[in-house]
Parts: sequence; structure tokens; C-alpha cells
Amino acid sequence: MHDSILTYARSRYLWIALALTLASLIAYIAYDPGGPPNGGTWLGYTLGTIGAALIVWLMLFGMRKRSYRNSPGTLRGWLSAHIYLGTSLILIVLLHSGFQFGWNIHTLAFVLMLVVIFSGFFGVYVYLRYPNLMTRNRDSATRVAMLDEVAEIDQNALALADGIDPKIHAVVLRSIQNTKLGGGVWTQLRARDGSDIALDSLHGALAERDKRTEMKTTEMPTMFAMVDFLAGRATDKQGEAMRSLIDLISRKKGLATKVARDMQYQAMMEIWLYIHVPLSFALLAALTAHIVSSFFYW
Amino acid sequence: MAERFKIAIVGSGPGGLSAAARAAERGESHVLLEAEPHLSNTIFRYQKGKFVMDEPGILPLRSPVPFKAGSRETILGAWDESATRLKINVRHGHEVSAIKQATGGGFELKCGNGQSITADFVVMGIGLQGNIRKLGCPGEDLPFVQYQLDDPDEYSGETIVVIGAGDAAIENAVALAKQNNVVIVNRKDEFARAKKGNEQAILKAIADGVIECYYNSGPERVDALSVGRKKGRMILNTSSGKAQILIDRVIARLGATAPRGFVEGCGVVFPNKDPASVPAISSQYESNVKGLYIVGALGGYPLIKQAMNQGYEVIEYILGNKVEPADEPLLKAKFVKMPGFRSVDEALARIQKNVPLLASITPLQLREFMLDSDIRILAPGETIFARNDYTNTFFSIVEGDVQVVVDEATNKRIALRRGEFFGEMSLISGRRRSATVLAGANCVLVETPRRSMNRLIASVEAVKRHIDEVFILRALQSRFAPEASADQLADVVAGARLERFKAGDVLFNEGEVGDCLHLVRVGSLTISRNIGGKDVVLSYVPAGNYVGEMALMGESRRSATARAAIASETVRLDGESFKKLVNRIPVLRLRLQSEYRQRTAANLAMQALPSGGDIISFLLAQGAGEATDILLIDESLCVRCDNCEKACAETHGGTSRLDREAGPTFANVHVPTSCRHCEHPHCMKDCPPDAIHRAPNGEVFIADNCIGCGNCERNCPYGVIHMSYKPPKKPGLIQWLLLGRGHGPGEAPHDAHDHAEGEIKKAVKCDMCKDVGGGPACVRSCPTGAAIRISPEEFPAYAQSRN
Repeated sequence: MHDSILTYARSRYLWIALALTLASLIAYIAYDPGGPPNGGTWLGYTLGTIGAALIVWLMLFGMRKRSYRNSPGTLRGWLSAHIYLGTSLILIVLLHSGFQFGWNIHTLAFVLMLVVIFSGFFGVYVYLRYPNLMTRNRDSATRVAMLDEVAEIDQNALALADGIDPKIHAVVLRSIQNTKLGGGVWTQLRARDGSDIALDSLHGALAERDKRTEMKTTEMPTMFAMVDFLAGRATDKQGEAMRSLIDLISRKKGLATKVARDMQYQAMMEIWLYIHVPLSFALLAALTAHIVSSFFYW
Repeated sequence: MAERFKIAIVGSGPGGLSAAARAAERGESHVLLEAEPHLSNTIFRYQKGKFVMDEPGILPLRSPVPFKAGSRETILGAWDESATRLKINVRHGHEVSAIKQATGGGFELKCGNGQSITADFVVMGIGLQGNIRKLGCPGEDLPFVQYQLDDPDEYSGETIVVIGAGDAAIENAVALAKQNNVVIVNRKDEFARAKKGNEQAILKAIADGVIECYYNSGPERVDALSVGRKKGRMILNTSSGKAQILIDRVIARLGATAPRGFVEGCGVVFPNKDPASVPAISSQYESNVKGLYIVGALGGYPLIKQAMNQGYEVIEYILGNKVEPADEPLLKAKFVKMPGFRSVDEALARIQKNVPLLASITPLQLREFMLDSDIRILAPGETIFARNDYTNTFFSIVEGDVQVVVDEATNKRIALRRGEFFGEMSLISGRRRSATVLAGANCVLVETPRRSMNRLIASVEAVKRHIDEVFILRALQSRFAPEASADQLADVVAGARLERFKAGDVLFNEGEVGDCLHLVRVGSLTISRNIGGKDVVLSYVPAGNYVGEMALMGESRRSATARAAIASETVRLDGESFKKLVNRIPVLRLRLQSEYRQRTAANLAMQALPSGGDIISFLLAQGAGEATDILLIDESLCVRCDNCEKACAETHGGTSRLDREAGPTFANVHVPTSCRHCEHPHCMKDCPPDAIHRAPNGEVFIADNCIGCGNCERNCPYGVIHMSYKPPKKPGLIQWLLLGRGHGPGEAPHDAHDHAEGEIKKAVKCDMCKDVGGGPACVRSCPTGAAIRISPEEFPAYAQSRN
């Protein structure tokens, strides 16, 4: 049945990772290299080899994820192991280095590795938290269905506004044009849908109308401006239409916010991979340099 | 004085046209009566450019009219050409409204246009589509009155009246309203007949003022106008008087009249009320009315080539000639391995003599039946099928015997002998085989596929009755008392009755006095209790299990409500005779009591959960009750990476059969649009080449002989089948990485319009990766374990695991 990647197979890989780190720790404490702890000792080489092998294996996850036929094990098992063994890498590599750091390629590889691992931690956090948020936000609708509804509301709002006043029509049209969902990474992550910008223009249009009737409106949000219009100057029929228009626009606002948030969640679940994956390749390069240089400049 | 012909052929479809062509070729006096102004209306009405297949490929064509797989236009063109070349006497616009036996022999055919024709023989090839129902008022045949709409985008800026309130009318009206001024005319005051979505769409369009609607109205007259901008005028009878609309076009979508009424009016008898049943015809296609022959789909042969062969043969038979049926060599190839084979006729006679079940079917039905079936000759001890296999073929024993392993632990077996049949349980219930069957000595079997068997059951009442009787007896034996003899059970069997329930129907209510128990034969039930004013589902009862025994075992009142989860059939066993049986067989009482205890414990556990039953109710509301294996996604685990869809596409040549996002969600349980491998797959219902099968492990899949007709797509209530071109082959990972050829693994699917010339769209659906190994790719490729596949039997455990 359903269980999380952390508890997969009764957290089998957590225990394996714990055993691995514990064994490394005991070996590190028990082994006396006859000098300061160093990567060049017997234990240092062993830990280094384990660490390098782990890194290569962890990176194979990307290939495993994309090989869909006849691949060994379930992907979920692989991911569970990927998380736990990846975490154990921190200690194994620390022990391998014997806590020696400096401004060199070796420490660069270590730092890259930490960035990759911690971006992975962020990924785990996002994977555990965001699916629920996303489901709750969507409320059984699909994104396409929500977008369709937004488009439909736009059409209806335009038709309604057309019957009220050309100015209102222009304002609604502007608001539609300014509503932008999706876009660049930053827009997606900020969950802005752009309908806020439209409010300003709505406000401007109403302000101009108010100037003519010499009424003072300063910082009045659109919705209130419309209500004001409704109370003050409209005929009954216009008032009716205006009420429906306000309903529509607030409904659309709600929907647009939902879609924007949906995109935000989706973006959060993907954005970390843009650090995690490229840096893991950088790590692989740095690791290669580290190994080669270690042997050359013994 | 009516014109007189020797042979009158009604309907110019493949069967009728072929018959007329043969009659013309032989120089016989004949007439081909066709209601429409063109030949072969059913094929004429296919979508433009549709590719028509010539299944079954193995059957040779025998007709003066050519037929090869090709586009609709090529085929119709060739037929028109043959009709002219052979000088077929076609009468268009002759819709036959009645066929009567004339005094002094022969038939009198009355046509809708007032003409009357007499003939010695009648060949009926009217198919099953029926006649399009027309407006039924003056002007119904004007050129701007049409009964079909191919492409709504063809028209713009017109005033169009759509008549009808069904799905077709609504879909047409809504599509036309984009570019035209549309008026819809509804005879009633609501659109209740339409699908929910269509009803909402039309009501919305009316409310928005996009479409004008006349309720409680009907057409009185359509006139063509010669002056003014509009082509015509329609007068409507409305509830408040007459209304006149100036129009450019009328589109009437009033459905079709089923041909059955007409056929029965001619004196032809149908075996039962089942709408799928076809009239019984002799091996020479003659119906029970002497001199009246039936060919093609109406006689139960829906494929074009079969109908054409029959058209040819029927003329030869009428002329008194013997023709070796086109299927003779095919049958011979099947029978030749039978021990003591002499001739096809002798082999057919032997089968019919040895198997009483088949005694009552007509020679033609038997040939057809054998053409679909296989002769199996098995060595003693060979396994015919194993328990828990998902096969659903039906076996009749022609020679020798078979051993049914009743109890695997003790290896208790019973023998079935010559003339008996087996395999009916899985056929009827759509579930796994309930026992292993091994071949005995000299075993010769006829193995019949599900579809052919179901067709036979639907068309021959005696076969159905025979199978049902045996089913009840065996179900009792296998479910309750394997040790009881047929005599001991006779009482219970006599009191047993088959009952049908629609989805949601109640078998019995909590608190009622119980007087019977139900053994589920088809479908499944839910057991629920009213707790705090709310119906709480406690368990799910699939076919093969029983309900209602508790009230017979001491408690006199029903402790829970039993409801059909889907359309179901049960064997209702009378309480009194069942109690007697229990008293006679003490071990049965013990067995029932131990099951009773288990069930009560499970129900109590379920009742204790705050929302356990809600998840089951939700799943059943999604039609999961008829599933055998359903994909569920836990949305609290799903990271929306769509790797499941990618994996599906990758393992199935580039087309995903799964839509992760679509579908309802309840308490984080999401039911995506993906095949559930139903017990009785809706997609199998109407597949002309019989291309949809169930694999031994339960996967419902579509074989390569799919002709792309789209019936399965339309029949699937869950929208999990779609039509697709075969995508181009993808490069391997390394090749793609290094050479950049084509799309990489998991990359966007191919361009849907990109396909080879002459290639047709075929149906694609989930096959649960039966050919890939290691289980369904969607589940295996889910990185977070959000996707699982389970069967309805696991729902209670699943619901408990989520609390």
C-alpha cells in the first residue's frame, strides 16, 4: 500500500546507511595511522573509494529514472536508498579527509558535494510537504480546467462590462490583458498572477471618471471603486450587472491566485533539481580532478 | 398492378449489393430496393476518408463485387462501378415499409413511396443501423433539411434549426452556435435524455442567449422560399401557438428506428427479448418464413466480407445450387486433427451429437461457432487451465473426460465426461478460474472464446437455460458443499432463482427479516450499515461470494444493507431449503459459522475507523467496483513529476495510456484516467475483429488486428482508450545522447499528426505492461511510491491502512 520514501521497506536503507556510517566511525576511531588522519592512509583510501563509488552510484539514479524497461528494483527503492546513502556520504567523506581543509581542489569537491547533498535535503522537504499543499489548493480541479474557467469568466465579464459602460469595459479588458499566469522562473516562484497590476489601471479609469464628477478618490481599490459606482450613479439595471461583474471578477481573482499558487508549488518541486543535478556533475568533475591530482602529486 | 421479380433484395449494404450483383451476373430477374439515393448507406455515412478494414483476413472473398481494405471513397467507388457494370436493377428511394406473404405464393413488398413490388424470394440485408427518423412533416426531404452533420465548421453566418433533444442534437447545436445563429427545437420541456455534460452545455448556451430554444414544440412544415435571403421557412407548433422561423438549414437528429420491429412485422421470429439477439436462420440463410432470407449484420454477421459472401451464397441457394461455404476449408483445417475425421459435415454432426448443449443450435450457428472455436486434443494429465488464471474461454467435451481439481490440498478431483462443459464460471463472472482442470484420457475439447459464447447465449434461449442450471448447481457445490451430491442439492437448486440488480439497487435492507441468501454471480456488492444517520460501507463482496447467510444462521433480521456496487446478477437461494441443507450437512454449518465470525470481525474493524468506509464509497462511486486492477495515486506522495506517464509512453512505443492529472480525488486518493481492467470489459462489447482479449493474468489488451473503428473508445465509460497513430521508433539512450537522433527517453511524445501515408489510427490502452516484465511501468517508475495498483478485494485493507 502507500507509504513514504523515508519509510519504504521499513526504512531498510536508513539502517544500511546507519550501519555504514557507524562502521566508518568505529574504524576511524580504532585505526591509528601513525600520524595525523589523512586521505593517504590505508583507511583514508578505503573511505575515499567507498565515497567515490557512492557518488558514482548516486549519480546513476538519473539513468535509472529514465530507463523504463526491465530495470532492477523499483524506482522508489532506489530513491529511498539514494536519500539515505547520500546522507551518509557527509560523514564518510569527512572521515576520509581527516578534517583537513584548504583552498584547493580537494576542498572544492567536498564543498560541491555538500551543496548537492543539502539541495537534496531541500528536495526531500519539498517532496514531503508540497504534494499535500498542492492537492488542497487544487481542490480536485485540474490546472487546465482552472485556466479554462478563467478564460470563460473573462469572456463573461467582458460581455457584462460591455453592457454597463465603455469605461468599465476598457478597465475589464485591461485587467484581462494584464493577467499573466506562468512565465519566468521568478514569476512562478513568487506566485504572482499579474492581476494586481490590472487593479491600478482599473483604479486609474475610475479616478478619471470621478474627476469629472468632482468626487475625491485617492487610494481606493478597484472593488470598492466599483461598489461606489454601484451605490452612486448607476441605474438599476446597470447596478445589477455591476454586482454580477464584481462577483465574476472576485471569482476570477480567486482562481488566478489558485493557478499561480499551483505553479509555484510545481516550480518549488522542480527548481531544486536545477541546483542538485548540474552541481552533481560539477562534483563529478571536481572528484575526478581530486583523484587524479592526489595520485599525480603524491 | 405491382411489378413482379423473382428475387427482391432489401437494402444495398455489402450483403444486399453482393446478392444483387450475383443475381444480375446469373441473369436472374431481381430488384435491389434502397431507401437512400446512394448505395450502402451505413458505409456511405462513414466519415470522409475513413479507412475500412477487410477482416477476417483468412476468409476468402466470394462475390462479383470487389472488396479490399481501403478508404471509404475507393470502396464505394468500386461498388458503384460494379453496380453499373453488372447492370444491377437498383431502385433508390424505395424504403420498404412492409413485407407480406402474398396469396398464391411469393411476397408483396410495400414501399414508403407508395410503390408495391411482388417477388418469389426476398433477401433481407438491412443491417442493424436502422432507418434515420425523419421530421415526419411536409418538406422533410428538402435539400436544406439534413439528418447528419459531418463538419460543423463548414457553415457560418446561417440560421440553423436543430431538431432533437438527444446527445447528437445538442452536440451539433453547440458546435454550430460558434459561427451560426442556432435555434434548437425540443419536443419536451427538458433535455433529460442527454448526457450530463451535454445537458449542462445546452442549458448554459440557452441561458447565455447563444442558442434559442423552443420547448414543447415540434415542426409542422418546412417550405422552400424562392425570394428573400433565407432558403426556407419552418413553421413550428409550440405550446403557445404557431411560430415561424426563416432559416438557411434544418438539422434533424431524431435517432433511428431499430429494424427489429420491422423484421418482426415480416413474420420473422427472434429467440428472445435481448436486444443483442438475432433471428435464427438456416445454414442457407433462410429465416423461419419460407422464402425470406437474411444476410449480413441482421443475421448476426457484422463484418463486410462475411456479408458479401453470404450475399453470393444466398442467390445460389435460392437457385437451388449447392455451394461449398466459403469457410469449408477453414473448418476442415480445424477438424482434420480430430481422431477419426472424415468430413466437415460429419465432424459437425459428431460435435452436435456428443454435446447436448449445442444440440439446439442451427447448422449455420454451429459453423460460425466452430469457426471461432478451437479443437483441442490433449494428452492425459495436461493442464487445460489453472486455478486463478484469468482466461474466460468456454470448453465443451466432445470425447474423453477431464478432471476438475476441487480441493488442491487433498487433490480431490471430480471427473466431467463426454457431453459436459466447463469454464462457464469465469465466462459468466468475469473473474479468475475457480479450479484447475486437467485433461483425462482421449480428451477432445472445443474451446470457444468469450465473445462467441456470449453471442450464442444471447441468441439461443435453450443454451442459456442449460448453462444457467449447471451454473447454479456447480456454484452451490463449489461454494458451500463440495461433499454434497447433486441429489442432496436438488432441493436448493429447485428453489434457486437468478436475479439482476442495477448499480445501487438494494438486495436487502438492514433490519429486514431475512428469508434468503444471495450468491453473487456477476458484478459485486457492498455491505453497509447506517451509523449515525450516514451509510457507512463496511465491506465489498465480489462475484463468487455470498451474502445474507447471517440472517439464516440464527439472527432473524438483516444486520446490514446489501447493495449492488455495479450492475450485478445473483443466485437467490431460498432460506427454508438452505436451512434444511445446513441441517443435513453439519460441516457446512461449521464452515459458515467460521466465515461469519471472520466477517463480523472485519466489519467491526471497519466500523471503528472514522472515515474508512468513505474511501471505499468514493472508489466505488468511480466505478472501481467492476475493476480487477485499478491505479491509485496518493496525492500526498505524488510530486507531479509525471514519470508514470513517461514510463508508460516509453514502454508502449511513445504513447501514454495514462492521464495522471485527470480524475477525481478524495482524501488524497486520486483515481487517474487509466484502465481498470474491468471484470466485464465494456470495450470488448462491440469489437468487430474481436481484437480485445484478456491475458491469463487479467490484463485486458488490444491485439494488433484492431481495425481502428473506435467502438471501444466510445464504449469505455472511463475514457481510458484513445485512438492513436503508431509513433516512430525512439533511439536508445546512448544513441540519443551522442547522436541526438529523435526524441530522448521520457521526452515529449511525437507529433500526433506525424504518420506514414495510409496508416490508420488504432485503439491504444493500458495492457499493464504484460510484455515488459516486472509489473506495470507506471508503478515501477514512481520515485515516491505514490502510484499503486490494487484490486477491489483489497479496498477494505487499503482504507484501513490510510487511517
